[in-house]
Amino acid sequence: MSTRSPDSPPLPEAAFARSESVARPAKGGPLPLLVLAGLAVLGLAGTSLLIGVSHVSWDALLAPSEHQRAVQVLVISRVPRTLALVLAGMSLSVAGLIMQMLARNRFVEPFTAGTAESASLGLLAVTLLAPGLPILARTAVAAGFAMAGTALFLLILRRIPLRSALVVPVVGLVLGAIFDAATTFFAYRFSLLQSLMAWTTGDFSSVLRGRYELLWGAFVLTVVAYVVADRFTVAGMGEAFTTNLGLSHPRIVALGLAIVAMVTAVVVATVGMIPFIGLVVPNVVSLMVGDNARRSIPWVAVLGAGFVLLCDIVGRVVRQPYEIPVGTVAGVVGSLVFLHLLLRRNDRVG
Amino acid sequence: MSASALRLEGHERRLLLLGGLAAFCVGVFMTVDAGGRWDFVLPFRARKAATVLLVGYAIAVSTVLFQTVVENRVLTPAIMGFDTLYLLLQSGLLFFLGSRTMASLDTRLLFTVEVAVMVCFSAVLHRWLFEGGRRSVHLLLLTGVVLGVLFRSLSSFLQRLIAPGEFDFLQDRFFASFNNPDPDLLLVSAVMTAGASVLGLRLLHACDVLNLGRDVAINLGVDHRRTVSRLLAVVAVLVSVSTALVGPVTFFGLLVANLAHGLVRSHRHVHVLPAAVCLAVIGLLGGQLVLERVFSFGANLRVIIEFWGGLMFISLLMRGALR
Amino acid sequence: MIEARNVSRRYGDTLVVDDVTLKLPERGVTSIIGPNGAGKSTLLSMVSRLLPLSSGTVLVDGMDVARTPGDALARRLAILRQDNAVTSRLTVRDLVTFGRYPHSKGRPTVEDRAFVEGALHHLGLEPIAHRFLDELSGGQRQRAFVAMVLCQDTHYVLLDEPLNSLDMKHAVAMMKELRRAADTLGRCVVLVLHDLNYASCYSDHVIAMRGGRVAFQGTPDELMRPDVLRDIYGMDIGIHLVEGKRIAVHYR
Repeated sequence: MSTRSPDSPPLPEAAFARSESVARPAKGGPLPLLVLAGLAVLGLAGTSLLIGVSHVSWDALLAPSEHQRAVQVLVISRVPRTLALVLAGMSLSVAGLIMQMLARNRFVEPFTAGTAESASLGLLAVTLLAPGLPILARTAVAAGFAMAGTALFLLILRRIPLRSALVVPVVGLVLGAIFDAATTFFAYRFSLLQSLMAWTTGDFSSVLRGRYELLWGAFVLTVVAYVVADRFTVAGMGEAFTTNLGLSHPRIVALGLAIVAMVTAVVVATVGMIPFIGLVVPNVVSLMVGDNARRSIPWVAVLGAGFVLLCDIVGRVVRQPYEIPVGTVAGVVGSLVFLHLLLRRNDRVG
Repeated sequence: MSASALRLEGHERRLLLLGGLAAFCVGVFMTVDAGGRWDFVLPFRARKAATVLLVGYAIAVSTVLFQTVVENRVLTPAIMGFDTLYLLLQSGLLFFLGSRTMASLDTRLLFTVEVAVMVCFSAVLHRWLFEGGRRSVHLLLLTGVVLGVLFRSLSSFLQRLIAPGEFDFLQDRFFASFNNPDPDLLLVSAVMTAGASVLGLRLLHACDVLNLGRDVAINLGVDHRRTVSRLLAVVAVLVSVSTALVGPVTFFGLLVANLAHGLVRSHRHVHVLPAAVCLAVIGLLGGQLVLERVFSFGANLRVIIEFWGGLMFISLLMRGALR
Repeated sequence: MIEARNVSRRYGDTLVVDDVTLKLPERGVTSIIGPNGAGKSTLLSMVSRLLPLSSGTVLVDGMDVARTPGDALARRLAILRQDNAVTSRLTVRDLVTFGRYPHSKGRPTVEDRAFVEGALHHLGLEPIAHRFLDELSGGQRQRAFVAMVLCQDTHYVLLDEPLNSLDMKHAVAMMKELRRAADTLGRCVVLVLHDLNYASCYSDHVIAMRGGRVAFQGTPDELMRPDVLRDIYGMDIGIHLVEGKRIAVHYR
């Protein structure tokens, strides 16, 4: 329906001339920079492949004597781990971005909206009630819980008078703590605290071939988010704007929630929660290239992958041969960046 | 006799009732299921009960005073990251001093040092809170919550840096639980609590004035800066005590303080504080009793407190307590 | 043709818009005026399906707004509300480009880009097109929002207090631009205005509301009479003829 009606505005010649120059990527997100960032992340991924207790180096891979063992380590453990890091980082960051658009608040992400905690409550429920289910079904149940938990979060937000931008994440964190308490209670009762630890602390040390592939599903969801990026940008401008542009706001919210819930459930089920990454990365990207999701999602994906890779590498190098889980490292770095964002924005948000 | 009882005002009657209930809880806790072995059971349970009393007192008093200082019923020391800071302090000392040095040091000395650091932190917090213009409650709240996450992550980071396993061993030494109270720690804690209470007692009437808000308090001649910084120091000591004895409990203080305010319906700290303490004791001892004896659930009390406390927090927000 | 039939809106017990039936002229600039709380914004929001009706129907070109698919309506009618608290960090050009969304569904063509540039040009936004919304003044932001709505290229353009936070120069330029859209493009522009004199100088038709009902309908000249205005606002307002236009003096 983009046919030009007879009464369209008389456009000055100059406007036409300029419109050509707009076709190339606009300010703030030049493609070369993004490519550069992508290369840097690839470099990190390469580094990640070479770190570990079992010695793997490019030399070893090429030397005939060590070749077979090195390749085996690489294929069974290192490559899956690196892939899992990249996929989880990408999808969690983009999920955070979507949530920020939907809640129209810079401080929400799966970790500050009860999403992750309700997902692990869901996992616990499946483990207790239907232990025989395949991993895909378990994750689906977890996604259902995550969606219900996040919807509850949004519902509570509506009921809170004088909603300030800063109270929103507090509500989410407390709601998360409530879910967490419920989960811990049952986990304790049924001696499942060990499994609970695995879901709540992001840790990639046990990622092996055959145990992470579900994360590709999260990646597909991220691609879907990119395809419908414009809808999220529109929703981020508010309900009235969305309706004016002929879109259904509730439907966009439902779609976004579904994506976020499924991504979170998959990540929690496979590698555990990585706190604050969905908050830190989109906020930094927003400062760099703005909030047009079409433009920012690629950045968020690339930097998200880089952030998680970096946290994992730090966790592996700092205390060799032991490992510090990526969730712990990300918790420290993430909350520091969060505090910085918070206090820097102080004068504007207050 | 009955005439004088009738003359008691509503809040006094409720206070008496709470006190009675708390005493009843202590009594039951000491005697239930003793099986006649009084010489063994009594001293053991007395130590346990003393720990609970101390912790309940520390949490209740510190929360009520803190809420008076920040003029808000939603913020508590625990929500502002006080007790996770204590946790971080423990891990930090362990990391930098090394486990062997740490083990050779006197528990009492260590504890004193930690409390001193906590008081310093409260001074920093005080500066940040009240200098350079008043901050919004919302910012305070979110900053506190995130600080809590930061301290928690940092201390688990440090714990991982220390060789795994070593920490678990030392944890027993530094975190006495209700079931295994360390007599030394208990004694130092009691002394510290008593000291802080004496300081707090002298500020009690000023606290009532603080309730009217900073500007009114200054107008009425209260030295706001000095009063507040002293109160925060008291809070820091009490939080250290309670965290050292049982570890961080995020929402218990919130629960107790708001229930106390709701039950007593008096603005005077002389009424609110005892009520809060009684409620804390009832909650901790009564909760433990009910869980152990009725449901045989073991040590799940903290989790249940977090659950209900969290619900209360959200309901407070929904009723507009941050306005 | 926009037609409201027995439209009402209640919040709890209060009736904000009370059984309004009216037809908006097919072309030209129509202003809605009235005291605070008269139900002007509520009526506009209901006409543009941003707010559900408590009772009644609104027809846009014969389509019931409550039942017509949102995207079909978005190509016929554009609405800008009063409070536009967009927190997203979008550039002005990004924002205006979203005005083309109903047509291009997020894949702007060269033609769409031309519309965008035209709208930026007409509202004098070219120098700040690359800036982020949160770096702009209130008036600049307001112009960007109006540009987006105009870029939507709809026959009906509904604006709730478009002169909000504009200085005199930009307010006049905005009214001229809206006048131009009505005159050269044959649009139907509906405005909620507070300044009687802008309504008097720039509109073809005026609707006055009071207490949730339509109190007056007619041409600006019919409106700008002391007895009519006293009826609407409950105060005495002097009318002077300045340069052939009726100007209200209500400062004393």
